[in-house]
Amino acid sequence: MAGQGYLTVGERISVSLARFLHGIVSSPAYRWLRRHGFRGRGLVIAIPYLWLLSFFVIPFVIVLKISFSETQLGIPPYAPLWQWVSEQAVAIKLNLANFMFLFEDRLYYSAYLNSMKIAFFSTLLCLLIGYPMAYGMARAPAAWRNVLVMLVILPFWTSFLLRVYAWIAMLRTDGVINDVLLFLGVIDQPLVMLQTDFAIYLGIVYSYLPFMVLPLYANLEKMDLTLLEAAADLGCRPAKAFLRITLPLSFGGILAGSLLVFVPAVGEFVIPALLGGPDQLMIGRVLWDEFFLNRDWPVASAVAIAMLVLLVAPIMIFNYVQGRQMGAHR
Amino acid sequence: MQRRGYFVLSLLVFGFAFLYVPILLMIVFSFNAGKLVTVWAGFSARWYVELLQNDQMLTAAKLSLQIAALNATGAVILGTLAGLVLARFGRFRGRTLLSGMTTAPLVMPEVITGLSLLLLFVAMEATFGWPAGRGVTTITIAHITFSLAYVTVVVQSRLATFDESLEEAAMDLGARPAKVFFVITLPIILPAIISGWLLAFTLSWDDLVISSFVSGPGSTTLPMLIFSKVRLGVSPEINALATILVLAVTVMIVGSAIWMQRQERARQREVQMAQAANE
Amino acid sequence: MAPQARPEKKIEPWNDPNAAPYVRIERITKKFGDFTAVNDVSLKIYKGEIFCLLGGSGCGKTTLLRMLAGFELPTAGSIFIDGQDMTGIPPYERPVNMMFQSYALFPHMSVEKNVGFGLEQERLPGAEIRKRVADMLAIVKMGEYSKRKPHQLSGGQRQRVALARALIKQPKLLLLDEPLGALDKKLREHTQFELVNIQEELGVTFVVVTHDQEEAMTLSSRIGVMNHGEIVQVGTAAEVYEFPNSRFVADFVGSVNMFEGRMIDDEPDYVRIQSDELGGTVLIDHGVSAAPSATVWVALRPEKIMISRDPCEGPDNCVRGVVKDIAYHGDLSTYLVHLPVGKIVRVTQPNVVRKAEARITWEDQVYLHWHASSPVVVTQ
Repeated sequence: MAGQGYLTVGERISVSLARFLHGIVSSPAYRWLRRHGFRGRGLVIAIPYLWLLSFFVIPFVIVLKISFSETQLGIPPYAPLWQWVSEQAVAIKLNLANFMFLFEDRLYYSAYLNSMKIAFFSTLLCLLIGYPMAYGMARAPAAWRNVLVMLVILPFWTSFLLRVYAWIAMLRTDGVINDVLLFLGVIDQPLVMLQTDFAIYLGIVYSYLPFMVLPLYANLEKMDLTLLEAAADLGCRPAKAFLRITLPLSFGGILAGSLLVFVPAVGEFVIPALLGGPDQLMIGRVLWDEFFLNRDWPVASAVAIAMLVLLVAPIMIFNYVQGRQMGAHR
Repeated sequence: MQRRGYFVLSLLVFGFAFLYVPILLMIVFSFNAGKLVTVWAGFSARWYVELLQNDQMLTAAKLSLQIAALNATGAVILGTLAGLVLARFGRFRGRTLLSGMTTAPLVMPEVITGLSLLLLFVAMEATFGWPAGRGVTTITIAHITFSLAYVTVVVQSRLATFDESLEEAAMDLGARPAKVFFVITLPIILPAIISGWLLAFTLSWDDLVISSFVSGPGSTTLPMLIFSKVRLGVSPEINALATILVLAVTVMIVGSAIWMQRQERARQREVQMAQAANE
Repeated sequence: MAPQARPEKKIEPWNDPNAAPYVRIERITKKFGDFTAVNDVSLKIYKGEIFCLLGGSGCGKTTLLRMLAGFELPTAGSIFIDGQDMTGIPPYERPVNMMFQSYALFPHMSVEKNVGFGLEQERLPGAEIRKRVADMLAIVKMGEYSKRKPHQLSGGQRQRVALARALIKQPKLLLLDEPLGALDKKLREHTQFELVNIQEELGVTFVVVTHDQEEAMTLSSRIGVMNHGEIVQVGTAAEVYEFPNSRFVADFVGSVNMFEGRMIDDEPDYVRIQSDELGGTVLIDHGVSAAPSATVWVALRPEKIMISRDPCEGPDNCVRGVVKDIAYHGDLSTYLVHLPVGKIVRVTQPNVVRKAEARITWEDQVYLHWHASSPVVVTQ
């Protein structure tokens, strides 16, 4: 054992941890496991795997199950899915009523469409504002770049809830924006901005902008600038070089940023709850109300399943893009 | 060329103004003597005093801090393992599933995760008797589940740019794989792990939707409290809270940025000196 | 041109039938999916040798080295080191150490800790580790830098630390991956000698991988030339240079002029080859084993061709040409001479004549001739 003073405290801790693990690995119990096919590597893989399976995947299965059951008074407020009808027979009742309900009631249908519409246009707006920002940051002199990144990240680290709240004060009829506009004489009557579609778009773009800017910035910053120099050397004007070289190369960043905004925005709850009114139907809020106000767990589950079905394609695209990103580094 | 430069610059300024004006206004009005958040009635710090005397707020804040710290630590352990596995273990059965399970939470709408976890806890309680009722435990488990995905991304991308020959050299000199991880890999990727911890902490501290689904009586987190207050209207105490938060975060971020800059500059100087000394 | 570093080696274990090889590589193959990186390679390496694996990129030399280190598992075949089968053994259990191309120094540890790392793994007492580290650092002349971190060292210093770290465990085999690649020219020459001196002092067996044939020839006791995953020729630097066994080796090691031709006279003590590429005949003063009238290639090294304005004396081993390009290297000059048949011949000659007017210059009509012992016949 290396003597006193040769290793620092930190090193001693690391070495002890490693030796402890090695002790486990050499123990008879483990050797038994080993003989039957389990290896140390498998243990390392298993830990996060089991956690995610138990707490991420299985819950979805349960949601699926409950979306097929009936509401009933009691705790929990739904009927069990299967029942023993006699000693040897089990009946499984799949209640499709919840899903039928979703299709029949116009409320849900409009809410889904509205959510997709709002998410889509918000993503577009985020892209239109965020791309120039990311571009400006990536082309800024190196000393400035870190400062700018910090400035973008700062709002992200402060409370999402509080930042949405900040807009309430600004958008009210007696709020700051109206005060300023009235003062300048631009308008005679205060504008109604809260509880409108405008407020929702503003809220989503405001909150999700960093999610668009950061992946775009990461992509643009890594771009080889000599490509643009080569283009200029060959006679290509800057605007055209942007369209034919920079833009296509940044496509990966655009895709990642857009999905990071679009998918969560579809299911957004806080912004429609705080900035929107009864006319601004978004499916996230519908789910919440269904669950907390109506106490109808089966319908809420059905809403969640329908939302998942709608979003499964974008989610899988995102998984694929992320996977490629990670692999590309090697 | 000049005109394009100005165009981009003005868009940058507009973008940052857009991000910061609401926050700055909130800070300004936290010092408003009056109750209305739209009419300035003089300078006063009374809301800060009231905030610090509000027991409900303080309890909720303490609870949120506890949960966030537990969550960050748990997420870092699990996320580092997952990141290590995905970056180093090559192909193995079920890799695609693990990869999917660690990227889907990044975009999954919170209402869905919240609902699904609550239903899981209810089913678990009915079957095993644990968790008994919902509270700190269930909130922590829920938070760990979604924040570990973020830590995985951070660790995985750090490991991807990590020079594998360092690990090979250590093995070549006689260290077994576990030792290599703890003595070589971990110390070098420590900054990434720390930023993962901070990221997980912030996500948990700030979370409203998932907490609302999986919390129980007596476990009201700070965001839940803020939300219930804010639904009723604007409250200057919230402004004070927001200001404290923004200042704390700003100090931390700016402080760490300056510290890192200084480290980097000192390091560069050392490298240059070494090169010069040998010429 | 780097001068030969070592005195004549009296001991040549590879020529001694009673000597047992220290490292036996037997029929090693490595496949990555469909791609075969190393194809059925067998080698014998003797104790105390500096053995160089020489080849271009993608020839499999690095893969072979990594299999010796234990980082890759061979698809087939076995590796024996000092009599023991090491084929499946992981790198941390092999008495083999490697010096990486990028040095791979642990950035968060000092020089002292880096060098002592291997000894720590052996659970030696701290005092002994410290002493051995100090001794080793003295050998590589890095004693003053023991407390520094890698980023505070220059490239050459880092290399010495990497070497110390790899040698301190007194491994049976030291593997070096492109050891001189990252250094500039002057440092490279200096380090070449240092490496050889350290090896002689410690007596460790080296296996070096390189693509630089000059490096291979200076460092090694023997060279193994590799191409497409196979060993094409094994021999001392002189053997490989003067007696290449194939066109590939002749062309890869040093520069060469290659002429395709047909044997017209095949006698036990001389051979005459007619070459249309050359536009003449080549007379070689020893017998060559090849089928009569077979197509052969004549390899002629540039330094063995003499260039002058005086016309040919005999029908063989002489051609006429025009000087089209000259590269002046100070001590030598390289001439590119165009033959009437179209081929370009490369000739290297020392600049014996100082006066510019007397020297051969562009567009000069010249005659190239060489001794009958200079060409090498290659049949593949």
